[in-house]
Amino acid sequence: MLGKTAGGLYWMFRYLERAENIARLIEAGFRIALTRSTDAEAEWRSVVTTSGMERAYGEQYDTFSAANVIDFLLRDTANPSSVLSITSNARDNARLVRTALTTEVWEAVNDSWMTLTTLLAEPVRETELPSILNTIRQQSAQVRGALHGTMLRNDIYDFSRIGTFIERADNTARIIDVKYYTLLPSTSFVGSSLDNVQWETVLRSVSAHRAFRWLDESEMTSSAIADFLILDKRLPRSLAFCTSQIVSNLRYVAEDYGNTYECNRKAEKLHSRLMNRDIESIFEEGLHEFIDAFIGDNNALGRQIEEDFRFNG
Amino acid sequence: MQLTISHTTIYTYETPVHYALQRVRLTPTDTTQQKVHSWSLSVEGGVQEAQYLDHNRNLTHLVNVDQGGTEVRLTATGTVTTMDTAGILGHMTGPAPLWLYKRETALTEAGDTIRDIAAPLRGSTDMLAALHDLSARIAEAVEYGTGQTWAQTTAEEALAGGRGVCQDHAQIFIAAARLAGVPARYVSGYLMMDDRTEQDAGHAWAEAHLPSLGWVGFDVSNGQSPDERYVRIASGRDYTDAAPISGLRQGEGDERMIVTLQVQQ
Amino acid sequence: MRARDNTIVLKHDHPMIKSMTADRFFDEMTGAGEDIRQPYAHYHQWFSQQDADRLDKKSREAEAFFRRSGITFNVYGQADAQERLIPFDLVPRILGSQEWARLARGIEQRVAAINAFIHDIYNRQEILRAGRVPVELIANNDAFLPQMIGFTPPGKVYTHIVGTDLVRTGEGEFYVLEDNARTPSGVSYMLENRETMLQMFPELFSKIKVKPVSDYPKNLRKSLAACAPLSAGTKPSIAVLTPGIYNSAYFEHSFLADQMGAELVEGHDLRVLDGHIAMRTTQGYKRVDVLYRRIDDNFLDPLTFNPESMLGVPGIMDVYRAGNITIANAPGAGIADDKAIYSYMPDIIEFYMGEKAILKNVETWRCGEPESLKYVLDNLADLVVKEVHGSGGYGMLVGPAATKAEREAFAEKLRARPGNYIAQPTLSLSTVPIFVDKGLAPRHVDLRPFVLVSPQGINIAPGGLTRVALTEGSLVVNSSQGGGTKDTWVLED
Repeated sequence: MLGKTAGGLYWMFRYLERAENIARLIEAGFRIALTRSTDAEAEWRSVVTTSGMERAYGEQYDTFSAANVIDFLLRDTANPSSVLSITSNARDNARLVRTALTTEVWEAVNDSWMTLTTLLAEPVRETELPSILNTIRQQSAQVRGALHGTMLRNDIYDFSRIGTFIERADNTARIIDVKYYTLLPSTSFVGSSLDNVQWETVLRSVSAHRAFRWLDESEMTSSAIADFLILDKRLPRSLAFCTSQIVSNLRYVAEDYGNTYECNRKAEKLHSRLMNRDIESIFEEGLHEFIDAFIGDNNALGRQIEEDFRFNG
Repeated sequence: MQLTISHTTIYTYETPVHYALQRVRLTPTDTTQQKVHSWSLSVEGGVQEAQYLDHNRNLTHLVNVDQGGTEVRLTATGTVTTMDTAGILGHMTGPAPLWLYKRETALTEAGDTIRDIAAPLRGSTDMLAALHDLSARIAEAVEYGTGQTWAQTTAEEALAGGRGVCQDHAQIFIAAARLAGVPARYVSGYLMMDDRTEQDAGHAWAEAHLPSLGWVGFDVSNGQSPDERYVRIASGRDYTDAAPISGLRQGEGDERMIVTLQVQQ
Repeated sequence: MRARDNTIVLKHDHPMIKSMTADRFFDEMTGAGEDIRQPYAHYHQWFSQQDADRLDKKSREAEAFFRRSGITFNVYGQADAQERLIPFDLVPRILGSQEWARLARGIEQRVAAINAFIHDIYNRQEILRAGRVPVELIANNDAFLPQMIGFTPPGKVYTHIVGTDLVRTGEGEFYVLEDNARTPSGVSYMLENRETMLQMFPELFSKIKVKPVSDYPKNLRKSLAACAPLSAGTKPSIAVLTPGIYNSAYFEHSFLADQMGAELVEGHDLRVLDGHIAMRTTQGYKRVDVLYRRIDDNFLDPLTFNPESMLGVPGIMDVYRAGNITIANAPGAGIADDKAIYSYMPDIIEFYMGEKAILKNVETWRCGEPESLKYVLDNLADLVVKEVHGSGGYGMLVGPAATKAEREAFAEKLRARPGNYIAQPTLSLSTVPIFVDKGLAPRHVDLRPFVLVSPQGINIAPGGLTRVALTEGSLVVNSSQGGGTKDTWVLED
């Protein structure tokens, strides 16, 4: 496979994952704004921060109103990280790697692009927001479904998955990073309504609010939530789940190519930091420091993968 | 005359090379004026990728500079026996038709100053004499000197500027001869200067084609036709076609070139 | 960069095919009268039993299919970034096996002659020595690449893929409008149009036996492989070189690479390594033996041609001349597309093939010749005058459409540089019906068959791409000006 193709697949799936994650963030923010209007501005701000677009946003707006944030995150083409921009990036990458994709996957991506371009052509009214966010997630699910259902399990598939999980790990880590203070046992007041709302938002951001109730027998406590998001291997958006997927997909590539790469080592190291430990030890290490280091190492892993597989030269 | 030549070109790069290619035309071939006894082109800090005769029948090499390297050294060395043929190369045929050498190129495009200097050639009954006269007038109009022109200076610019090196002299000659319908080409090679072994740089002159004699050489810079002190390396429509080394490099940083050249008997 | 490789955008816009005031054109379904011509008999019968609403629905389905598949071309520089579709008409253009056989013979002859001509031009130049084609035509031609002189590409093939543009004016009257020996595009539309028809009207294909075109990608691969350099061994590695995803014909590039099972590469994926051109893969560099390039000569090698080119591969010409890669089509093959060369094509065919040309050329006056110039000046109102090396309709005069003042101004230019121009008569192009609201309506068409050349022979995909001017009376089949495409059928015997 061309190095460029591996890179195209990796980025295509990072972008698709990112679009979906932005939709989830907005959804969680929107919910808070609906239920607790006094916290709305702060909540929208944290949505923008989590998405990593605070600076770009600040260049355009002074306040964090729902309309501005939604417009900026969903459809502002001047914002390179808006859903519209990254959907177009995802499709450009799909075009780049068209020969590596099945017709089903290509058509799903193309359809996603056509649908969202039409849907986001005009400013989004609040009444339409839930259905639009739903569509974004559905489109993403369609691509994923086509990938699972039609693609050979070879390096093409592996690079697609690696991109997905690098991006997802980054996203979950950012959510935790922005809200880490609400997850610290020392600063939270168990059962306070503020924390409940914040925790709910965090869980919603990773579509885990229902799962948490079903899976976690313990009470809703900050450390239980942190444990769930960071270490629970059942949750497909937890850091532990993501890194285990990265490790195994990188291992498939290495086996396929009959070689071991620096990125295999780095991925295993990243994953091992989440293995065989409990959330208390992470709190002791310092949640903020832990997440910060994770984000940095995850990015470094991404760069290593680019280098090892010659994405760019 | 037996001449021994050692010509080294060293490129040094400020930052390690990511990817760089050098196209090298540094290998002489046998002609009526010279016989090559031994010749070698060696490359340090790079590998030779391709070897072929180009459209002017120059033996050309493509050199790939080692990735991560900061220096490539190209050394051409050998022994050539030269004959004085009064500058006449003769009817040496290459793959290219004569008309190709009547076509203007970017470097030899004629402007008003070239047209002026070429004017006396028109309708000349003794073209050989007229070309010698042209050579003398160019040497007079363009004082030999470095610094004012560079590799991509056109003949027209050099003539208008009034100062240039052998490359400029040759290209002005070519541009003017072509205006008069005479096929002309650029030649790169070596000249053994009588008073020294270490030469400053490679040399360049022109060749014009006359139906009676075939190709005849004109060294404008030295006011003579090539004799046994000249070694002919490559030729073409202009400098670009016959350049000893032309390259392309990806990446940042400056590069420097150092040339050492010895031509001796 | 300038995209010459414009999907199926015509380089010319058929001005000579000026709609005559005469009412009757040759219609390929009804001929000159009301009877249905034989090739259309079964189709017409089928069509007359169809419900218009159903066809209308099918037509819309086809559009959705094209859009979903991304069979679009980008029009950049337009504010609206929407990608455009080339309209598809569901009525096929049908050729009988006999008429096709004759066309195919003519195309094969012409393409063989073009290859021999290009080889000659870059080597011995016998045709120039013989005085059959004037030297100036080559010497002053930008498409002539000196860097190709004295070199013979692997397999002695220059035009691996050719598109021969044909128009029809009567029952047996076909004319070659131009030869496309650079990088003819549009073949993906030929293939997708057939796929679409098969999906929409499977019953038609069980009723009517149509020669399949789906072998084209396989044949293309085989043909390119047969042109690989000796060093390639028995399994040559083939890649398609594209300018990238923003090129208007990118769909076709990726489609062909996909269908051939070849890598789709850009210039920055390639480099010189171990004496070959190699592509960067996840596991290191891998050799490329045959490069089907879809970029222009000028962009191919910044070390040889335009040094500013970011699309090409530096040093590829060195590897090429050293005999270690095949470039398809060969650099410099575009010399055969020249309009002045076109006017010599009957002579060229005779010179190399030793027989008369089977396909007709459109009569062409070379204004550089005094008698021709006089004729052209006298008949300017009836002629189309074009610049010899120009393309895209620059500097041309469409006599019948021009005002008296325009003609007079143009006559001045003609007198000043007559050698720069050729003139042609206007042709009355045939029509084929298209599907409109209430049935069928005739529209003008042309045809671009696709020809593959290898040492093993010449292979022509049966039919080709039919382009149709969708506007009533229009003769412009150009996709950027309301042109569409049709599936083209060649019937089995």
